[in-house]
Amino acid sequence: MNEHAKRRLFALGALAIGGAALFWVSAGQMGEDLVYYWSPTELLEHGASAEGATVRIMGMVEPGSTEWSPSDQRLAFRITDGAQTIAVLGQGAPPQMFRDGIGVVVEGELGSDGVFHSDTVIVKHNNEYKPPAEGEMPEEVYKALMKDDPEAAQRASLAAQEGS
Amino acid sequence: MPPIESLPISPGAAVGLVALVAIVVANQRAGRTPWALPRWEHAFGLVGLCTILNGQYMGLFEAPRERMMGEVARILYVHVPSAWLTMVVFLFTFLFAVAFLFTGRKVFDQLVEATIEVGVVLAILLQCTGMLFAKPTWGMYWDWDPRLVSTAVMTLSFIGVLTLRSLVVDADQRATWTSVGAILASTSMAVTYYSVQWWRSVHQMQSSPDTVAKPIVLVLRINAFALLFLTVWFVARRWRIAAARAREDEAPPLPEEVLA
Repeated sequence: MNEHAKRRLFALGALAIGGAALFWVSAGQMGEDLVYYWSPTELLEHGASAEGATVRIMGMVEPGSTEWSPSDQRLAFRITDGAQTIAVLGQGAPPQMFRDGIGVVVEGELGSDGVFHSDTVIVKHNNEYKPPAEGEMPEEVYKALMKDDPEAAQRASLAAQEGS
Repeated sequence: MPPIESLPISPGAAVGLVALVAIVVANQRAGRTPWALPRWEHAFGLVGLCTILNGQYMGLFEAPRERMMGEVARILYVHVPSAWLTMVVFLFTFLFAVAFLFTGRKVFDQLVEATIEVGVVLAILLQCTGMLFAKPTWGMYWDWDPRLVSTAVMTLSFIGVLTLRSLVVDADQRATWTSVGAILASTSMAVTYYSVQWWRSVHQMQSSPDTVAKPIVLVLRINAFALLFLTVWFVARRWRIAAARAREDEAPPLPEEVLA
């Protein structure tokens, strides 16, 4: 076999392996087996067996549910996927994009009291990028929320008003 | 900062004019005709450089803040173009690798080398800006998220191909194995692209002009085209190096009397 034919064989081999790998990853079970986070509904479906296991859950921050106490760095809020709502309790300030109505991923465990204990809050932004609406102050939303002034936060974020 | 239209001359145009004057002066010094042009790829480099200066000026001072992220969102104008160009460059790596294996023409092998190296640089830029973007918005630099992991795997795969390439001594074997490796590594590029659709991820799905406000889309496009021009420049320059090395490898050894 000459060099040229050998190379072509290598090409077909590599394309076949690459294509098969891609097919296996895209069409296979991996999407269901490897899950970065659950929804609150999926977590609660597991009932008592979900208690104590370290998991991530994703949901929207329920408007008006955030309570932040600066003295002991305690953060409490509720997340919802529309069907189920879970109360989250954690330590430390959330990221600056944290606000009413935004998606968050929290990592921690469900206590027997039904409260999800989490010290890791990750904010999930959607694929929309827009300038602030008239009178909207993106920087003020977080500050107002952290002063435990939900009404001021609502005023600064028209998006939260529209979204809720 | 004033809007770009009200400046006496835009930053990019100023640099462009200086560069053109410098070309004329350099030609005159070297005794060439003043309007003698350097190699074609430098035209891409100059246009890219001028455009990216204007694009970044617009991104930093003119584009609106983002309603959720505020000023932080301006890093989009580096992060998103580098993501697009990483994908485009690695797509060309794949095409060149296939073309080399089917035709055996050395120029495709050299282009595979050039595109992988430029692609890896862009991918590193992509991930560095991504981390800087993620910290103030999501709240962490890194997590074991499908999009982040698949991007890292893609980058490491192509770095692996470069390593493999540097280890093979025989030129023909090196070319064949590089292309085979590049085709296999390209799988990870497709996985990276589709990761946000296949799996749940913190990273948002691909944006489109429908989900992004017009002034933001405009500045993104300007920066993307600027980076495209710069990327053509980088790949062409890197290809010249690869071609020169190949010529050196193939040249017959110098005769004894010259070496003595």
